Amino acid sequence: MSIEVVNISKTYKNFTALQNVNLHIPEGELVALLGPSGSGKTTLLRLIAGLEQAQQGSILFNGEDNTNRDVRERQVGFVFQHYALFRHMTIFDNIAFGLTVRPRKTRPSKAEIREKVHSLLRLVQLEGLAHRYPSQLSGGQRQRVALARALAVEPKFLLLDEPFGALDTKVRQELRRWLRHLHGKLGLTILFVTHDQEEAMELADRVVVMNEGRVEQVGTPEEIYHKPANPFVYSFLGRVNLFHGRIQDGRIKLGEAEFEAEHAHFDGPAVGYMRPHDVEVSLHPPKSSATTAVRAQIERITPLGPFVRLELKRLDTKEVFEAEMSRQRFLELNVVEGGLVYVTLHNVSIFVENAPAIKPTRVYVPQQVSI
Amino acid sequence: MKKLFSRRGFLPGFGMTMGYTIIYLSLLVLIPLSVLFLKASTLSWEQFVGTILDARVLASIRVSILTSFFAACVNAVFGVLVAWVLTRYQFPGKRIIDGIVDLPFALPTAVGGIALTSIYAENGWIGQYLAEWGIKVAYTPIGIWVALTFIGLPFVVRTVQPVLQDWDLQMEEAAATLGATRFHTFTRVILPHLLPAIITGFALAFARALGEYGSVVFISGNMPLKTEIVPLLIMTKLEQFDYAGATAIATVMLVASFVMLLMINYLQWRMNKFDAAR
Amino acid sequence: MKHVTEPAYVRWSLIAVAFLFLGLFLILPLIAVFTEAFKQGADVFFAAISDPETLSAVKLTLLVAAISVPLNVTFGVAAAWAIAKFSFRGKNVLLTLIDLPFAVSPVIAGLIFVLLFGSEGIAAPLLATLDLKIIFAVPGIVLATTFVTFPFVARELIPVMEAQGKDEEEAAVSLGASGWKTFWRVTLPNVKWGILYGVILCNARAMGEFGAVSVVSGHIRGMTNTLPLHVEILYNEYQFAAAFSVATLLAVLALVTLVVKSVIEWKTERQFEVEEEYHFDVSGERAG
Repeated sequence: MSIEVVNISKTYKNFTALQNVNLHIPEGELVALLGPSGSGKTTLLRLIAGLEQAQQGSILFNGEDNTNRDVRERQVGFVFQHYALFRHMTIFDNIAFGLTVRPRKTRPSKAEIREKVHSLLRLVQLEGLAHRYPSQLSGGQRQRVALARALAVEPKFLLLDEPFGALDTKVRQELRRWLRHLHGKLGLTILFVTHDQEEAMELADRVVVMNEGRVEQVGTPEEIYHKPANPFVYSFLGRVNLFHGRIQDGRIKLGEAEFEAEHAHFDGPAVGYMRPHDVEVSLHPPKSSATTAVRAQIERITPLGPFVRLELKRLDTKEVFEAEMSRQRFLELNVVEGGLVYVTLHNVSIFVENAPAIKPTRVYVPQQVSI
Repeated sequence: MKKLFSRRGFLPGFGMTMGYTIIYLSLLVLIPLSVLFLKASTLSWEQFVGTILDARVLASIRVSILTSFFAACVNAVFGVLVAWVLTRYQFPGKRIIDGIVDLPFALPTAVGGIALTSIYAENGWIGQYLAEWGIKVAYTPIGIWVALTFIGLPFVVRTVQPVLQDWDLQMEEAAATLGATRFHTFTRVILPHLLPAIITGFALAFARALGEYGSVVFISGNMPLKTEIVPLLIMTKLEQFDYAGATAIATVMLVASFVMLLMINYLQWRMNKFDAAR
Repeated sequence: MKHVTEPAYVRWSLIAVAFLFLGLFLILPLIAVFTEAFKQGADVFFAAISDPETLSAVKLTLLVAAISVPLNVTFGVAAAWAIAKFSFRGKNVLLTLIDLPFAVSPVIAGLIFVLLFGSEGIAAPLLATLDLKIIFAVPGIVLATTFVTFPFVARELIPVMEAQGKDEEEAAVSLGASGWKTFWRVTLPNVKWGILYGVILCNARAMGEFGAVSVVSGHIRGMTNTLPLHVEILYNEYQFAAAFSVATLLAVLALVTLVVKSVIEWKTERQFEVEEEYHFDVSGERAG
């Protein structure tokens, strides 16, 4: 079932949690709500579930208005961050709960409930644990019980709040793979909240990046990583280098490095963003792209398994930045701390700070500068 | 000494404080209490059984148990209600109400006793209206029940309240997303969780009511076979210098209290285990 | 948050029922004490509370509390230190033993001291040779009171000290502080509210104890009469106004106790909330 969020705003006493949020989630997709703490992602999830009321806007399921529907009637599957399993009930009773509290008319028979619960236990691979209590299970097992409990009521879609937040790395990896698999099997629309960008990238068909109660960008993991819409998305997804400079006479100048500005028809300060792995390090000045290369000194070398990170200082602007390269390339270069190198800046995104507004706007589409 | 430190960490003072604790506990509590059993052991079996099986003693045991039980029951129901209202709702005067719940702990029982008697006597504020309907409270078992409800009131409230405060509202949200009504959520999710605390509070109120003396003597009228409670009977035997009789009854009561204390401690231990497993 | 609460009419009915129940069982008796005290006018009231026998009862009550409360505070602190800061076998047994006086009827608490020190008691010959009188005298009242108030401070303090852990004390000792210094400078400031809480509850019970004291006192007017016993005597002599007048003194004590207790709870609760907020900022996302 598709979910449509139309112009939703939500404020608490003196805190704006969501501001004019619009979002469309197509049927059958696995979507991540990604953002830092306090970005409003959990509030949005709770609003869709009906656990919170918005001051403004509406929420549609398959085009049908659900804004004022009670949470009990929305038929959404919600998995809480800490699972909220009923401690005094066995796993069986936890999963069966949603069915046993139905009014007599629509309640399945005891045998049907038993059948349903056991098929769900098979689905979440917890057969044989039906009569245990939540306290007797591991974190990953509890997570799967919470999923089975939510699935038992045959929800229109699944909402998961930080589903893997409380688990250790290894279990998290396994569960991610398993959830992906489950999604493929059930074809259910799944929306989950996370602050872990790696989790969002790995798991989701589509990522919704949120910040300060607004949606910053919606796109595939590929899109949001390689074509970030603004500096926030840029810096939230992975490591980033910042270079300060200005736009002048249709050219962008970051220290001694100069780029063609395609859409900039004004002068003013600008900030260049680039990923460390787009910094090319060489011992000799690159011939074909002299304007985008600058000299730098190696301040620190950090080997990180398959790749190596260099901390560099530009000789022209004294700005400190990072470069990442494969171990292979590093060995080829044969550089030491304190050594001088040439760096070529690829894929720089330039954002202009239009003072006094804090948010910079994007004027420059990243371009490939080849050697 | 070295071994002792390595086992208990290196903070000082364990030997001294532990020694003091044991000595003080023994001198003030354990030795005096064992005197009761020592005295009881000097009684012959016939003497002992004869005292207990006396009609007046049996009647007082019956009165004590029944009135204490009903008082604890009422406190269990209203205690949960008061605890719920105090933790879940906002209303004017909440802090005062929360404070006043402990009044029976702070008010001397004798004062509570005479105050309740004045209210529920036939010419009292409430007693006069009840008298019109032919209900007599003071100087009947109902009066004893009123006094015991008064002194046992804080127990259930104060055992249930912290459990409700720590309660994870997400459990209720989870129940709601699964389609449960408020009623179902309360009876199937919240109440089972509160049950150990309710039982503990009930047991505490019941145990306290069994031993209560001060508030009851004024309102009960102290009629043998009708409104005489066990502690009062012990008092009466003492005033008649019947130390043997008093000892026999006290021994039975004390053993019963110990059993209840063990039960309460077991329940609390279970509750803690339940919480630890969260 | 409407799905985790009840409709307004249910809420207000439940609040009304709670008010009615507490009003009937707690507030009405409290009001009754004061109305009955002034029923025959302020003169009778002031005459009753300034009566020499009343004053001597006040004095004895204060004396008894002044002895038994410090005794139990010292014990409570020592026991809490041993139990909360160290691990040893039989801890649960010790905790149960400390709780014992709560499980003993006040009348039995009095009885055991009569059996021990009374005229036919086990220690009677010894007391006779030493020419000491305990039962029907002040020492007996002090003993019985200390017995019934025995667990109060320890019971409040043990959980507080356990919650504090022993990291801070271990840090102090590792920095070279002596045991006493550690206790005074590190432990005590952390648990002062817990101690005060235990003290006021212990004090209220010590001043108000009736059953146990009644057994051992002998009701000697002006000699072994505490305030609660004095109330009983006046009441049984049908001097109702006087009895309630003296009772107001105890009722005021109870109210002061409740206020101090609420203030302490409020203070510690606030302390706790500040910590919670901090925690919330670090990891929480609920509000966002």
